[in-house]
Amino acid sequence: MFENLQEKLQRAFKTLRGQAVLNEENIGEALREIRLALLEADVNFKVVKQIIDHIQEKAIGQQVMTALSPGEQVIKILRDELVETLGKDTAKLKFASQPPTVVLMAGLQGSGKTTTSGKLANWLKNGGHRPLLVSVDVYRPAAREQLKVVAQAIKAHIYEGEVGEANTATVERLAKEARKEAIISGCDVLIVDTAGRLHIDDQLMEEMQSLKRLMNPSEILFVADAMTGQDAVRSADEFHKKLSLTGVVLTKMDGDARGGAALSIRQVTGQPIKFIGVGEKYDALEPFHPDRIVSRILGMGDILSLIERAESQIDKKKADEMASKMLSGDGFSLEDFRDQLRQVKKMGSIQSLMGMLPSIGPFAGLQKHADKVDEGQLNRVEAIINSMTQHERLHHEVINGSRRKRIARGSGTNVQEVNNLLRQYAQMRKMFKQMGKPSFARRLAGMKMPGM
Amino acid sequence: MIQTLFGSLDEQQKPSFLERMKEAVTRTRENLSERIEEVVSFGKEIDRSTLDDLEATLIAADLGNATTREVLGKLREKADRKQIKDVSELKRLLKEELLAILVASNTQPVKAVDGTPEVILVVGVNGTGKTTTIGKLSQVFRSSGKTVLLCAADTFRAAAIEQLEIWGQRTGTEVIRTKPGGDPSAVLFDALQAASARKTDYVIVDTAGRLHTKTNLMLELEKMRRTAQRIIPGAPHETLLVMDATTGQNGLQQARLFTEAAGVTGIVLTKLDGTAKGGVVVAISRELGVPVRYVGVGEKAGDLLPFDPREFVESLFA
Ligand SMILES: Nc1nc2c(ncn2[C@@H]2O[C@H](COP(=O)(O)OP(=O)(O)OP(=O)(O)O)[C@@H](O)[C@H]2O)c(=O)[nH]1
Ligand SMILES: Nc1nc2c(ncn2[C@@H]2O[C@H](COP(=O)(O)OP(=O)(O)OP(=O)(O)O)[C@@H](O)[C@H]2O)c(=O)[nH]1
Ligand SMILES: [Mg+2]
Ligand SMILES: [Mg+2]
Repeated sequence: MFENLQEKLQRAFKTLRGQAVLNEENIGEALREIRLALLEADVNFKVVKQIIDHIQEKAIGQQVMTALSPGEQVIKILRDELVETLGKDTAKLKFASQPPTVVLMAGLQGSGKTTTSGKLANWLKNGGHRPLLVSVDVYRPAAREQLKVVAQAIKAHIYEGEVGEANTATVERLAKEARKEAIISGCDVLIVDTAGRLHIDDQLMEEMQSLKRLMNPSEILFVADAMTGQDAVRSADEFHKKLSLTGVVLTKMDGDARGGAALSIRQVTGQPIKFIGVGEKYDALEPFHPDRIVSRILGMGDILSLIERAESQIDKKKADEMASKMLSGDGFSLEDFRDQLRQVKKMGSIQSLMGMLPSIGPFAGLQKHADKVDEGQLNRVEAIINSMTQHERLHHEVINGSRRKRIARGSGTNVQEVNNLLRQYAQMRKMFKQMGKPSFARRLAGMKMPGM
Repeated sequence: MIQTLFGSLDEQQKPSFLERMKEAVTRTRENLSERIEEVVSFGKEIDRSTLDDLEATLIAADLGNATTREVLGKLREKADRKQIKDVSELKRLLKEELLAILVASNTQPVKAVDGTPEVILVVGVNGTGKTTTIGKLSQVFRSSGKTVLLCAADTFRAAAIEQLEIWGQRTGTEVIRTKPGGDPSAVLFDALQAASARKTDYVIVDTAGRLHTKTNLMLELEKMRRTAQRIIPGAPHETLLVMDATTGQNGLQQARLFTEAAGVTGIVLTKLDGTAKGGVVVAISRELGVPVRYVGVGEKAGDLLPFDPREFVESLFA
């Protein structure tokens, strides 16, 4: 499995010491590694080729910088190239000058259209809009029922209507009725959930085109599964040719797929990825950040998403304080440790958090231990710290043998567990100190962590 | 940081940062097997671009780097021994190679004891086609005169139960259900008891889509398996992992983790009526030895076919 592009590149460039410029010969192996890495991440092979050509063009002739190793230099060119390909952060929808704004959801079967319709409605509601949902999926069993349940769950308006015969005429009628309903009930956005369809299904693609003509949507969002492989270019291309998509939603990003399809889809449609889906719940919709997904595609983890998740749960000021304390190492007390523990507990499943850590650098190999994390252990650790006096929490060095015994008794644990905890704590302090050093930051090239 | 906090400390304490990094480097070094260009040791007719084309075909079909490299590598061995004359010969050998991988992973599921229902547990990540496949399977069994009971153990996703019920109506099959949000193991218990009492031939269990990375949801599957076993020894006799043919390299990880947690005995590859080739199942066969049992080729009850490795290999080159 692809583990660590940066390490591979370092090795590929070992021979480069002392050479002044990057040239076709000396970056050849690096480019081959990049190619493999991108393919492993499911970026379409033709897109990979374009990217490689570009990078080669950009890299050749560049002076080997002193600040960066050649490997880091090529990674930087690669990252810039990929981020550029993916475009800007664009969690925005276009609204019609004359409401209701119509948003048409399109995509292959099972990609997440219905769920994403609900998430969007929820997101719009939170932004002060009045969305109306309608499902024109008259084909799949219980598809319309599904959207109804979703609408109830998020307390959004839905137009149900009557189906009658399952055909395009019904689909069009339902859509028209829904628009009328939106106007009558003062809903400013109409989200139209459609049936999943194959890009090669002419009849259903025509249905989509006629829906487009009929509804004049401001947005046609292509909902695509992040786990999609090489075929992503084909489906996205066909959908775009027939419908002129305006944006993409990449779903199921809460898994461990590298998400190379994002690059493929973006490349063939030229349309921005507006949102990512990160769970089955209706608030699991996030803005898309190109730099993060690039890290993920390259196996460098989604550490920024992790930080953002933490930020949304953690008191912001506290988090900043914590970060600077952590990085200085010395200031990080057991009290902070406990605070952090509580925050982590608030943030949700540790497994999902660990999944977001980069698979390189200090966190290498941790992901595969995610299963082994014993969340009950959290409570024991907290109990141990709770049994300490405040003085002990702030000055861990005073915790001698007899204090340890007392703490163990007080927390219903044993001395060994207390010892373990103190040892880990000491290690963490050391590690954080190391993280604060610039050399460490350079190793994590490009991962923007606060204070690094 | 998180790991140091909560992990099993002693065993993980030893490797330092640097050690871990070193480890990573050696790992990658091992991965660096010979490169494809070395394959160029054929006759004149088979040139670099022919091999590039073949490589592109395999990669485009989602076989992945490792499998592609291995298959092409084996081809070279054969070439050395047999003197491949032309491109069509080369292609034929390549197809044989792929076929061999698929055929090798042909394990059979446990046989149900006569007189007890055969229990089929259907699992997979979200939206791959589990519920639809169950409708299709139900159709297959019903039309060969068997009795079937469906178990709606996806109590989580909106209207998942209703969806299965419609498939039940379409195929004339009863569905055992509970209320939304109910305990999947409890409804499984009810279904298996009913099936045992009635001596139903098959019970097919629909489960909620779940990403293989969500440990607690994977544990839920383990619990369901234990429940099944308690009521019908040997159950579930077959655990089908439903995989979408559009899936890329993540499919390997899906197969790996579902096999670990849920004892997958076979794969159903759905949505092959699209343009995706589903080549990741070759990688899965190669690495995990999990066989493909059926393929889905549409959304209707009749759109399920037994997996035919030969046809499948042909379709990779079509
Ligand atoms: N883990 C995860 N699951 C998701 C996400 N988005 C959707 N799903 C799940 O994916 C499955 C399919 O989602 P749907 O919304 O029904 O997909 P659809 O595109 O409407 O499907 P069809 O209408 O049948 O074509 C469901 O189990 C959803 O809960 C996501 O971001 N993460
Ligand atoms: N074209 C095509 N579509 C299929 C096939 N199998 C299933 N589908 C469609 O894929 C979508 C998802 O199918 P479901 O059966 O709901 O998938 P699921 O795995 O049960 O989904 P969750 O329970 O939400 O995880 C539906 O629109 C199905 O009609 C197939 O073989 N070909
Ligand atoms: Mg839907
Ligand atoms: Mg289902």
